Amino acid sequence: MAKENSIIKAEAKNLNFYYADGTKALKNISLPVYEDKITALIGPSGCGKSTFLRCFNRMHDLYPGNRYDGQILLYPDNTNVLAKGVDPIEVRMRISMVFQKPNPFPKSIYENVAYGLRVRGEKSKALVDEKVEEALKGASLWNEVKDRLHDLAFNLSGGQQQRLCIARALATDPEIMLFDEPTSALDPIATVNIEELMSTLKSKLSILVVTHNMQQAARISDYTAYMYLGEMIEFDKTDKIFTNPSKKETEDYITGKFG
Amino acid sequence: MKKQSNKTNLVKDEKLKATRTLIRNHKRKDLLFSMLGLVMVSLILLTLLTLFIDLVIDGYPKFTFDFFTSFPSRRAANAGILSAWVGSSLVLLITFLSAVPLGVAAGVYLEEYAPKNWFADLIEINVSNLAGVPSIIYGLLALGLFVYTFKLGHSILTAGLTLGLLMLPVVIVSTREAIRSIPVAIREAAYAVGATKWQVCLHHVIQYSFGGILTGVIIGMARAIGETAPIITIGALTFIAFLPPSPITPDFPFISFEWLQSGFTVLPIQMFNWLSRPDHAFHINAAATGAVIIVLTLLMNAFAIRLRYKIRKNIKW
Repeated sequence: MAKENSIIKAEAKNLNFYYADGTKALKNISLPVYEDKITALIGPSGCGKSTFLRCFNRMHDLYPGNRYDGQILLYPDNTNVLAKGVDPIEVRMRISMVFQKPNPFPKSIYENVAYGLRVRGEKSKALVDEKVEEALKGASLWNEVKDRLHDLAFNLSGGQQQRLCIARALATDPEIMLFDEPTSALDPIATVNIEELMSTLKSKLSILVVTHNMQQAARISDYTAYMYLGEMIEFDKTDKIFTNPSKKETEDYITGKFG
Repeated sequence: MKKQSNKTNLVKDEKLKATRTLIRNHKRKDLLFSMLGLVMVSLILLTLLTLFIDLVIDGYPKFTFDFFTSFPSRRAANAGILSAWVGSSLVLLITFLSAVPLGVAAGVYLEEYAPKNWFADLIEINVSNLAGVPSIIYGLLALGLFVYTFKLGHSILTAGLTLGLLMLPVVIVSTREAIRSIPVAIREAAYAVGATKWQVCLHHVIQYSFGGILTGVIIGMARAIGETAPIITIGALTFIAFLPPSPITPDFPFISFEWLQSGFTVLPIQMFNWLSRPDHAFHINAAATGAVIIVLTLLMNAFAIRLRYKIRKNIKW
């Protein structure tokens, strides 16, 4: 397993997850998330990769009856994200998320990006202005929207909306950013933009991305995990997974014999 | 070879013809249904229009400025609806102030906070049922509760609260409907940046469902303005030749809530009262009052539609 000089930012340890109806969606998953690297989760539909991703920011807490068992440790402070005593709000303030379909609020571009700061009670207009600009620049959207910050976010194109959502997730300086199939609703050009953006982003934060698209995982990620039926089949450096996987199942999936 | 291709062409022709006949038949049914729909809609509209035009024609002589600025009188020619429309407006104001905060809060709670279990289902059924309870029942409840228990008197306050009660289920149901139409993705987006439940409600849920809530509120108000039975039950006056005390006074503290305790009448009661007189001249007044009520209702509904359009324009899911 690849260790070298990378620092581990977060780590899932023996994670099991049960949906409210009793379905066991994740089985004993362990996975490190390296600092300032992109980790991709691949696997066929229904393999639990999105479910796994959504454990990191406790999204499952929104729906009653879901149950975690195991740990997701956040370093360097060793916080177990899943612990009962840890407030999911606190977790979401440290780990932000970008969804599959662009989901801007029906508010202005500015308010969308500023929302995370508003939630944190930030009152200083100068600071919010600065953060919004910084986030929009970080999401390579600034040049396209700087003259119409107070337009409705819905007036942007799909790709721009997704970059806006990235800016919204970026504005609060998260330590980890989760991407749940961020380009599956976008056209190829917008997809390339988002991929390039993700590669730039990893200079300042750790990224965990779920993708349906194996080429995408190969293009952008440093590490790849292959999941199947709620289990982690293989995790390694992306080059290794795509050129010389150690498990037969992984190879079958990568080469398109299956899935 | 050639023969065969001719044959296939023939078969193709046959198939094409069959398809065209099929489409023609389907289109005929399409037309039939749209005709039927049109007839139904016209029937409904015609009924309403006939009613309205009849009222307007009957009440036509009374559509003067004086009609709106005169108190009721023993002489039909001098009688007006001043006390009735003032009464209706004040009662509706109380209705609005009492039903909207309560109904919206209840709707938000039920949708966002309450655990989804059998108890929530029970509440849901009850609220929907309340919307169908005959208004006279509300009148009796209000008589017992507001008039006798809370000693609020046969007042504007009592009437407003009673109609508020009547409108409450409409507001709750429309609030819940409006909230339910907000996509999960938007909610999750808000939670994902670290918003609390209350922040999600305040910044998103209530704001995005505002159009739907408002529509429900106005439709509820439009219903309340025409309510007669519960208002009679709580003891509204049928003949009143004074206005409630003004809410603004010349002396300190300049605001008075005395009007809340004042006796009152409302438009439908005024209309009912005039209708029950044998003198035909009063029937003209009644017809004019009826037309006023319908116009008011229409205006409120038009306003609701306009408002909804304006608010929804900015929201696309």
